[in-house]
Amino acid sequence: MCLAVPMKVERIEGAIAIVESAGMKMQVDISLVPEAQVGEYLIVHAGFAIEKLKPEEAEETLKLMREVLQAVEEGE
Amino acid sequence: MKYLEEFRNQELAGKLSGKIKQVAGKDKIHLMEVCGTHTMSIHKSGIKGLLPENIRLISGPGCPVCVTPNSYLDRAISLSLEEKVLITTFGDMLRVPGSTKSLEQVRARGGKVRMVYSPMDALSLAQQNPELKVVFLAVGFETTSPTIAATISEAERKKINNFLILVGHKLIPPAMKALVLDQRIGINGFICPAHVSAIIGLEPYQFLARDYKIPCVVAGFEPLDILQGILMLTEMIVSGKAEVKNEYSRVASFAGNQKAQAILEKTFEPADSEWRGLGTIPGSGYRLKAELAHRDAEKMIPVQVEPTKTHQGCKCGEVLQGLVEPPNCPLYGKVCNPEKPIGPCMVSSEGTCSAYYKYVGVAP
Repeated sequence: MCLAVPMKVERIEGAIAIVESAGMKMQVDISLVPEAQVGEYLIVHAGFAIEKLKPEEAEETLKLMREVLQAVEEGE
Repeated sequence: MKYLEEFRNQELAGKLSGKIKQVAGKDKIHLMEVCGTHTMSIHKSGIKGLLPENIRLISGPGCPVCVTPNSYLDRAISLSLEEKVLITTFGDMLRVPGSTKSLEQVRARGGKVRMVYSPMDALSLAQQNPELKVVFLAVGFETTSPTIAATISEAERKKINNFLILVGHKLIPPAMKALVLDQRIGINGFICPAHVSAIIGLEPYQFLARDYKIPCVVAGFEPLDILQGILMLTEMIVSGKAEVKNEYSRVASFAGNQKAQAILEKTFEPADSEWRGLGTIPGSGYRLKAELAHRDAEKMIPVQVEPTKTHQGCKCGEVLQGLVEPPNCPLYGKVCNPEKPIGPCMVSSEGTCSAYYKYVGVAP
């Protein structure tokens, strides 16, 4: 039930954003994330955006994973 | 899809698995994934098969539908039979058996029940049908409760007075405390729920590390997130550290969503709450604030509720506490399956029994 997917903001109309993911578009309420901007990714749950996704943090997490694993391999 | 595929990379998953095996040592390590969405993802991606033998993943009580007690469902069913009352609910609640029947069964016999995708859809129904009292079944954890609080706030603003809720929300950290205190389970670390944490932040887990020396990692729902979370927990456990760490920083922040926290605080206050299997846990639920009592279906629409009965043999309660694995329930796969579920853990697609049935199957 807590599944929520990242969707990209295409348009904002007041407290509603039109978001898109894999070709699917929908309207979501952004009253819990009022600072949302066009082009950003939102985590959508039960018709609401509940949080923003921070792409730089996503890249950072992946980078850290790769670095740690590379260090493991080189140490072998 | 952007920011999903990257966290499903098989090559990296294999390497993470190797690293976990390297650091895990030999002692038994019991990790609980509290959230049902993690349970689903773990089974779907075959993560159990990527772990060393001494690491055991235990599924916790994080399926809102599963932990909703029969008494709540029985009240919802009674309400659906009242004149001029329309029950609105997320789809997962429809097939959950109450003491003697489900909402779906009662709908076939004239109960007024409508499935909605968002609580805002229920509010629209209230607006379109002023002659009805529209009751939304407000279940779910901290991921979901802010969406209902925001809907209540909108109902107040628009003065849509025929929109009510039946409060069944649950709070995750008090349940984690109850699970730690239960010596039978023996949890060494928690994989904390991703989107509950997006709302509440990391602070509410600190007491688990500080007072009970249980490490916690907030992890996303994709396979690499979960493996990385397991690695972070294993490293802490092996080195005797207990901290709260965040693997899911792309969404969850230390402070959480403060806007959502503020609207929760404006709408609800903590209350003791009954969980299926775990019993009543202090401060683990919500009630509406006194000034919103006119939105409380339990207070505003008095109904007769049938005496609570539980199904003989169903081990859902023990499954939710991680004490019994689904195949060890006498009903599992014999009389209880997703087509004809006896207990809620088999109804919800995120229920532990349903996840087992789908991905592990039934022993011949």
